[in-house]
Amino acid sequence: MIPSAFDYAAPATVAEALGLLAAAGDDVKLLAGGQSLIPVMKLRLADPAMVIDLGRIGELSGVRDDGDALTIGAMTPHHQIATDPLIAAHVPLLAKAAATVADPQVRHRGTFGGALVHADPAGDLPAPVLAAEATFILAGPDGERRVAAADFFQGYFTTAVDDGEILTHIRVPKYTGWGAHYEKFTRVAQQWSIVAVAAMVRVEGGTIAEARIGLTNMASTPLRATAVEQALAGAPLTRETIAAASAHAAEGTDPASDLNGDAAYRRHLAEVLTKRAVIAAAGL
Amino acid sequence: MTTTEVGRARLRKEDAHLITGRSKYTDNITLPGMLHLAMVRSPFAHAKITSVDTAAAKSSPGVVAVLTGADVAAEQGSLPNVWPITPDQKAPAFPSIAVDEVAFAGEVVACIVARSAAAARDAVELVDVSYDELPVVMDLEEAFTDKVLAHSSLDSNLSATWVFDSGEAGTGKPIAAALASAEVLIERTFYQQRLIPAFMEPRSIVVDPTSEQITMWSSTQVPHILRLILALTLGIPESKVRVIAPDVGGGFGGKLTVIPEEFITLMAARRVGKPCKYTETRSESLQAGHHGRAQVQRLKLSATKDGIVTGLDVNLLADMGAYLGLIGSGIPILGAFMYNAIYKFPAYRLECNNIFTNKAWTGAYRGAGRPEATFAIERMMDELAVELGMDPLELREKNWIKHEEFPFTTVAGLEYDSGNYEAATAKALELFGYDALRAEQVRRRETNDPVQLGIGISTFTEMCGLAPSRVLGALSYAAGGWEHAQVRVLPTGNIEVITGSSPHGQGHETAWSQLVADRLGVPFENVEVLHGDTQSSPRGLDTYGSRSLTVGGMAVLAAADKVIEKARVVAAHMMEASQEDIEFADGKFSVRGTEQSTALGEIAFAVFSAHNLPDGFEPSLDSDATFDPQNFSFPHGTHLAAMEVDTETGQVTIRKYVCVDDVGVVVNPLIVEGQVHGGLAQGIAQALYEEAVYDDAGTLVTGSFVDYLVPSAPDLPHFTTARTETPSTTNQLGAKGVGEAGTIASTPAIVNGVLDAVRHLGVKDIKMPCSPSRVWAALEEAKMTGGVQ
Ligand SMILES: Cc1cc2nc3c(=O)[nH]c(=O)nc-3n(C[C@H](O)[C@H](O)[C@H](O)COP(=O)(O)OP(=O)(O)OC[C@H]3O[C@@H](n4cnc5c(N)ncnc54)[C@H](O)[C@@H]3O)c2cc1C
Repeated sequence: MIPSAFDYAAPATVAEALGLLAAAGDDVKLLAGGQSLIPVMKLRLADPAMVIDLGRIGELSGVRDDGDALTIGAMTPHHQIATDPLIAAHVPLLAKAAATVADPQVRHRGTFGGALVHADPAGDLPAPVLAAEATFILAGPDGERRVAAADFFQGYFTTAVDDGEILTHIRVPKYTGWGAHYEKFTRVAQQWSIVAVAAMVRVEGGTIAEARIGLTNMASTPLRATAVEQALAGAPLTRETIAAASAHAAEGTDPASDLNGDAAYRRHLAEVLTKRAVIAAAGL
Repeated sequence: MTTTEVGRARLRKEDAHLITGRSKYTDNITLPGMLHLAMVRSPFAHAKITSVDTAAAKSSPGVVAVLTGADVAAEQGSLPNVWPITPDQKAPAFPSIAVDEVAFAGEVVACIVARSAAAARDAVELVDVSYDELPVVMDLEEAFTDKVLAHSSLDSNLSATWVFDSGEAGTGKPIAAALASAEVLIERTFYQQRLIPAFMEPRSIVVDPTSEQITMWSSTQVPHILRLILALTLGIPESKVRVIAPDVGGGFGGKLTVIPEEFITLMAARRVGKPCKYTETRSESLQAGHHGRAQVQRLKLSATKDGIVTGLDVNLLADMGAYLGLIGSGIPILGAFMYNAIYKFPAYRLECNNIFTNKAWTGAYRGAGRPEATFAIERMMDELAVELGMDPLELREKNWIKHEEFPFTTVAGLEYDSGNYEAATAKALELFGYDALRAEQVRRRETNDPVQLGIGISTFTEMCGLAPSRVLGALSYAAGGWEHAQVRVLPTGNIEVITGSSPHGQGHETAWSQLVADRLGVPFENVEVLHGDTQSSPRGLDTYGSRSLTVGGMAVLAAADKVIEKARVVAAHMMEASQEDIEFADGKFSVRGTEQSTALGEIAFAVFSAHNLPDGFEPSLDSDATFDPQNFSFPHGTHLAAMEVDTETGQVTIRKYVCVDDVGVVVNPLIVEGQVHGGLAQGIAQALYEEAVYDDAGTLVTGSFVDYLVPSAPDLPHFTTARTETPSTTNQLGAKGVGEAGTIASTPAIVNGVLDAVRHLGVKDIKMPCSPSRVWAALEEAKMTGGVQ
């Protein structure tokens, strides 16, 4: 478990990091919490010539209130996402999802931005961020650009972040007053999601006014369960309507088959877990 | 003798240094000038090696040497198998470094010796090995057909066929008649999936060749056996090798073996003349350490209509993997004596076929043969109960040996000395709340609850205390089963206990101190236990098979008794009394009927100074003893599991787990509790989580802990554990052994419980591990075939 030799730099600012990145050429990796990158390097599945550590860049960490949205630094660790009062008040879905990631050690080192750029289909943060319609703020040699969550996740471990760019912040609209739940299905307590469902619902009286549903590990990227969202919008808040709407959860999905279950099982789980997630989010 | 120590739940002496990071694992050892090893391993499961080009690796910075199979072919010999279960057993040569052919993915093909571990690892990439791939055979049943051969040097994948027949052995009736006249015949096939021992400390070896005596530190369960095998295989005089097992972080049978890497590290160190270290990565450990279980079990059970079993026929295919490990061939045979379990079956036959595949070789894994046997019979008893519409407990009771029938000679030919299955079961039922849970089960069925409840039962016994040497001889095992101990009395009266039973987490230092403190009447704190070094403990057969207390502990007591007898002679001399009048209690020798007494410590000093000892008395109280058990011991117990199955997702949860174990007399209840908890976790892991999976090409898919699912504390329930205490009559303490009990009993309890929850929905069987996807698929299949009632 020894990685290949590499050069290392720990810049103090995003500008400095961008300079190093530009100078380093192709064979470079950014290091955030290291919880995905370092295992991969130790197994020699990656052997970058240079590693640029973002850990000393203070401006990349923390949660800020920006009026109708929260701006979250890419280097904010999972533990902080799970416990931050602003997130608890305005996007509790993120806190609930972050709390299911791995164990306390990993949650203290692993970062929000790192998990999103890593874009593991089984990762727990992409689907909630997609459901929350967040915006990704990327810094690059030509300045800043913004990418909508719907365009960010492009494939298996692939995102819109280009070579030479750094994800600096994630802007998440506020969902104050919405009910939220992250239903994660695993075989053992500390495991990546076999399937998970991120649900947010706004209930008005006895009706579900709006719903946002994100699916984890149902394709090479996180997915929105749009058919479920549409079926729920305006529906009476009952277990029966939720169950009926959830029957659409697997539509448009393309899950993988592996030791934890084949695609048919995952499609079935998506329906069951969507039902459970929405019921829990709605507080039924 | 007063016993203030035996039975006391003392905290373990070992724990402080382990939990404060002061442990000395092999990888913590650094010697002056030490070099580091890394292994080049075959990515292919079966291939001819056509060339190994080491030039680039040799010129890589920091590299001192590169060894290939060809380089060491003359000296490396073959890793031995010491358990030829039949005279015609076949085994391929097992070189530490493959020379012409590899037979599983992960086999070592070259070894780098370098100045740093990083330099060694870098050079691994530079060794260019050319392979010609050969067809692989991964599936056990397919391997048995010999369509594809696991080794091109063998003409069959069959290593040996071993048969036990109670008719022929004279221990029971012939099976054929029992099956032919069966009123009820149950036929089932069970799959014992491959498991990986997954000990916490990966295997690690340091060899110092710079002195007259070569020293090897190894993370092993068996330093004494290792020393002997190294000497025999490599032709080094035994006296020139010292083996030390320092702190060893778990083994579970996975370190009850000798491994290629031990041989390679020794050969490399001798070549370069410098100390060398090799520590495997977790991936290497999972891929190339031995695996366990891996059997196909085909069973036929005959019974009368009222539930009396009349015969059991077992046909086993046992996966040896690519090679026969040290004792791998004998593991299924250890189970062969346990299929009849706690029952009075009149006829029994077992046929075991040991078969090669292109997978990692197999060997002992916690329970070693006995969990497989117990699973099969406890599943069969449930199947019979279902067939007869009988309560599974009632069925077991009809067939088990009653407590007044002990000692009882079983159909497999073992003499069970003691046991009380009624008592353990009664206690378990009470703690479990059996009737209330059965009532809840009915309610959930009637209301079609998405979460169904099942009750799983396992009444088990096992043979422990391995082993009477003559029995091992009769089974063609090369070594004996005795254990050695020495008790040394220091001049101050402090005691050193030397044990040949080398611990790796069992708490021998604590338990042996308790034993000796009671026996010699000295404070617990004044006893030191030394182990795991062939220099200080020259004789021993090490730790496995729940043998330490019942064999090693008895040797300790026997040595302590010899100390007392020696000291008695001196006491009589000092107090001018005759030896017959000297009584020993609580650490003091006294003259019967007088106030006169002398403490053991005073005698110790008198012996040390040796100024005034009886004529001819050899001035030492130190004593050796070697204990060879006359019989096994037979722990037993009743385990009950309440299992919830979420029929929507297939998720299985343990609602309640109660076990009542009878492990005989208990020296330290805290250690026993720990062994039971750990054992349960491993048995439950087989039932629900763990499986070593290979793809068709022969690559281990579960090559990391991301995919090989070892449960941790949050996955397990709060266990309700209790004990009954029926002393063993086969040793003077009455102990039976507890190391494997939980593992053996829990697997069938869990699976029986899962099936009991969903059987009414039409599910007949689920392969282990009962993962959510498998449970769900079984439910779906039952729906399709109209199983729903
Ligand atoms: C034992 C274990 C269990 C885990 N279990 C789970 C789980 O259950 N659920 C789950 O979701 N995750 C799990 N993870 C992964 C964890 O969430 C990681 O923290 C996460 O995937 C990566 O975040 P990181 O900060 O560690 O990123 P790193 O590993 O440092 O980086 C990951 C990748 O992202 C790139 N990168 C990082 N930051 C940036 C940036 N700001 N801009 C551009 N590129 C960047 C890196 O170059 C690298 O390619 C687990 C990890 C471990 C070790």
